[in-house]
Amino acid sequence: MSYIPHTDSDRAAMLAEMGAEDIGDLFLDVPESVRYPELKLPLPLSEMEILGELRSMSEENADLDHHACFLGAGAYNHFVPSVVGHIIGRSEFYTAYTPYQPEISQGTLQAIFEYQSMVCALTGMDAANASHYDGATSLAEAAIMAVNVSRGKRRKIIVSPTVHPEYRATLRTYTPGSDLAVTGDEEPTSNLQPDGDTACLIIQQPDFFGQLAEASELKQLAEAVHAAGALLIVNTDPISLGLFTPPGEYGADIVVGEGQPLGNPLNFGGPYLGLLACREKCMRKMPGRLVGETVDTEGRRGFVLTLAAREQHIRRERATSNICTNQALCALAAGAYLAAMGKSGLRQVAKLCYHKAHYAATQIAAIPGFDLVGDKPFFKEFVVRCPKPPSEINDALLEQGIIGGYDLGQDYPHLENHMLLCVTEMNTRTEIDCLVEALEEVTHD
Amino acid sequence: MTEHLIFEISSPGRKAVFLPELDVPATEMPKELLREDLPLPEVSEIDLMRHYVHLSQLNHAVDTGFYPLGSCTMKYNPKVNEEAAKLPGFTRTHPYQDHGTVQGNLRLMYELQEYLKEIGGFAAVSLQPAAGAHGEFTGILMMRAYHEERGDTRRTKVLIPDSAHGTNPASSAMSGYQVAEIKSDQRGNVDLEALRAHCDDTVVGLMLTNPNTLGLFEENVLEVCEIVHECGGLMYGDGANMNALLGIAKPGDLGFDVLHYNLHKTFSTPHGGGGPGSGPVGASERLAKYLPGPITVKAERQTSNVKRKISNLQLYSLEMPQASIGRVKAFYGNFGVLVKAYTYIRMLGSEGLRQVSEDAVLAANYLLARLKEVYPLPYDRSCMHEFVLSGPLPQAPDVHTLDIAKRLMDYGFHPPTVYFPLIVPEALMIEPTETESKETLDAFAEAMLKIAEEAQENPDLLHEAPQTTPVTRLDEVRAARHPKLRWKPK
Repeated sequence: MSYIPHTDSDRAAMLAEMGAEDIGDLFLDVPESVRYPELKLPLPLSEMEILGELRSMSEENADLDHHACFLGAGAYNHFVPSVVGHIIGRSEFYTAYTPYQPEISQGTLQAIFEYQSMVCALTGMDAANASHYDGATSLAEAAIMAVNVSRGKRRKIIVSPTVHPEYRATLRTYTPGSDLAVTGDEEPTSNLQPDGDTACLIIQQPDFFGQLAEASELKQLAEAVHAAGALLIVNTDPISLGLFTPPGEYGADIVVGEGQPLGNPLNFGGPYLGLLACREKCMRKMPGRLVGETVDTEGRRGFVLTLAAREQHIRRERATSNICTNQALCALAAGAYLAAMGKSGLRQVAKLCYHKAHYAATQIAAIPGFDLVGDKPFFKEFVVRCPKPPSEINDALLEQGIIGGYDLGQDYPHLENHMLLCVTEMNTRTEIDCLVEALEEVTHD
Repeated sequence: MTEHLIFEISSPGRKAVFLPELDVPATEMPKELLREDLPLPEVSEIDLMRHYVHLSQLNHAVDTGFYPLGSCTMKYNPKVNEEAAKLPGFTRTHPYQDHGTVQGNLRLMYELQEYLKEIGGFAAVSLQPAAGAHGEFTGILMMRAYHEERGDTRRTKVLIPDSAHGTNPASSAMSGYQVAEIKSDQRGNVDLEALRAHCDDTVVGLMLTNPNTLGLFEENVLEVCEIVHECGGLMYGDGANMNALLGIAKPGDLGFDVLHYNLHKTFSTPHGGGGPGSGPVGASERLAKYLPGPITVKAERQTSNVKRKISNLQLYSLEMPQASIGRVKAFYGNFGVLVKAYTYIRMLGSEGLRQVSEDAVLAANYLLARLKEVYPLPYDRSCMHEFVLSGPLPQAPDVHTLDIAKRLMDYGFHPPTVYFPLIVPEALMIEPTETESKETLDAFAEAMLKIAEEAQENPDLLHEAPQTTPVTRLDEVRAARHPKLRWKPK
């Protein structure tokens, strides 16, 4: 099955039109020595067969419809309202290209404009772009953006050790060579003090361990960053912003984050979307696509891709980024999710996460051998010191149909035998009680 | 026909989603950290659904009509791929689950890596890059790692033909390199003399799109690779145009060291209005160890682990390549997109894939034959999967490519890619793909020929086009001068 409509007589008629006799005549520019290689691929399957095969492949996985999940660490199990799937399932959205021709792309353009507006509302920023590949690449591009805001003069990027380890790794891949220095996360208590060479300080709120820095602490940090002439970049969980202070209020200049929790399934790590929003003063240094409002020749409101002079297809090697394709459909899902949840719904999701996580944390802390680590307020994740290696605990939990937490020892050597647990609105009290019971059993083994 | 903004249909107190009651005791909240206002819309589910359905109806899409957008491979997106990617056994898995609990995902990724290796002629593949430009950046970083490991630090220059996509120079600059542009020759190939003049021990490598953006196969591709390799440089392949090469030639056989595939072009995963795509990278033997990761590996010997409930055999796992450039994003790649590409390749098999490329090239040449008598053709050769015409019609000097593009909308077609590649004045880049019937191709050709007549007889029809679309031409200057990038309450 190749989805090709041509019959043999169609092909013959087309060849005749161009005066060719054989389809092979069209490939004479390909060196004969390498032309028509054999492709060793499995024999083709019918739709019925491939669906059967894929279904059984997918069933080899332990999925979250059949397991209680307490794993987060940057990818979150949140409820996706049915309406979101139906919206992104409209093939007028998902089979369209990037909206370069605005007259016939108003649907995509307006949906992005609304998404940008809602991301601004959520983060307290002035402008948001149409998305990046994920939170990690948003963070890396935001750091490069901060360097560009300093016109390339400031070469130091300070990143807190409590930023997601894979984001910090991605940031390092994105800043190759010795030209830009990424520093601050070498030790758990490194110096995060910005200086005259610092382009930006990057923090995460709630941090990788789920903890929330206090409002006064954040304001002081922002003031210190600005006094040094640098920018404050905040990586955040958008669901937390249903309850907590938007980064714009405590002085962030650029806000990034993983947008997956907003209406996108876990999907084994992708496709997700990177949020990126900033203050107006650095808007023209932003990477990525932006949709702006304008009017047509009749004076009607319409939307177009704008400020394209920042982008690769115009500016080539002088562009603010090489990004072209982004995660538009995931951003559509995020926009639809935010609109569906609305003012009260998002707040309620965040509240459910908060209360359930605290209930779980209290219950687990009461089990002999387990301790809650950290003294700050937290949102939906918390760190637990365990009496055994987390991998052993997770194996035992799996036997009870529970997917356990994230083993922090793999990224933070001083946190050996520490586990990061996540509780969302998807976890019922029964699930939490089962987790607690299973953890109690672990200590008896 | 325009649609209200979602904010304009909001009314205090409306809801689209009802959540369960709290079933645990509440805990006090840190008051000083709570936000005061959350200015999101408040709408009912019916209003929300209608809003987005109305918006969707303002779009042109592959499912509504012909989309001959050059360089973008807007082929039909089979519905079975969508069903496959929606299977809850895939969508409801967390990326940090133990490998033993996601053997189905890892097997799919491993097999897809194998298929892409075979199709491209490479030693290894990483599925991590999320899009074409992301794959380019990855490839350049791998070339950088290769030269650095050899202590070859003088190399700072990436060679890029003047016909290349803008992402090529942008990706090179992001990797800390300078760009040297190589001009094209009279036949649309890389100019070999210009190439030789640039080739010295400062060359990182050459980024080559083949077929190039003129839709032409590089006639001297073997020699180009040889020249670049002789000066110690590497060959980067931009796989944007792989739809012409499936079973026709393997880039690895041609001499490319590293290449990105666009699963959202060649392998029929939908473009989503601008993403998500997927840009896996294939590498030759000498570059394989630098691939970003982790990538999926298959255990030599099957090890059993009695504790695993789901899978007693942990055959597949994720590993970092030996001298990896690191990760280019969190997690492993756009997995949902990978499922669609896997489904497509399994349904077509090797013969089906070759048929795709043959019919994509046939369709492009057929349209070319029907249009070249009327529209100027700057490089008169048989094309591959796309071709480039030059917009200005000799008989209608006041009509521009933009006008032709906009007029096509009145005929119900999406315009071709316009004003690219930059080396063709007023370019019209047309890629029909293999999935369009002869009747559709004929209707498009007839519209193009009619527009050429209109350009001469009634050019205002073109200057004022489009007239049948939800909005007419939009004021892009105003949008850029006075940027309004978000809705604000009055």
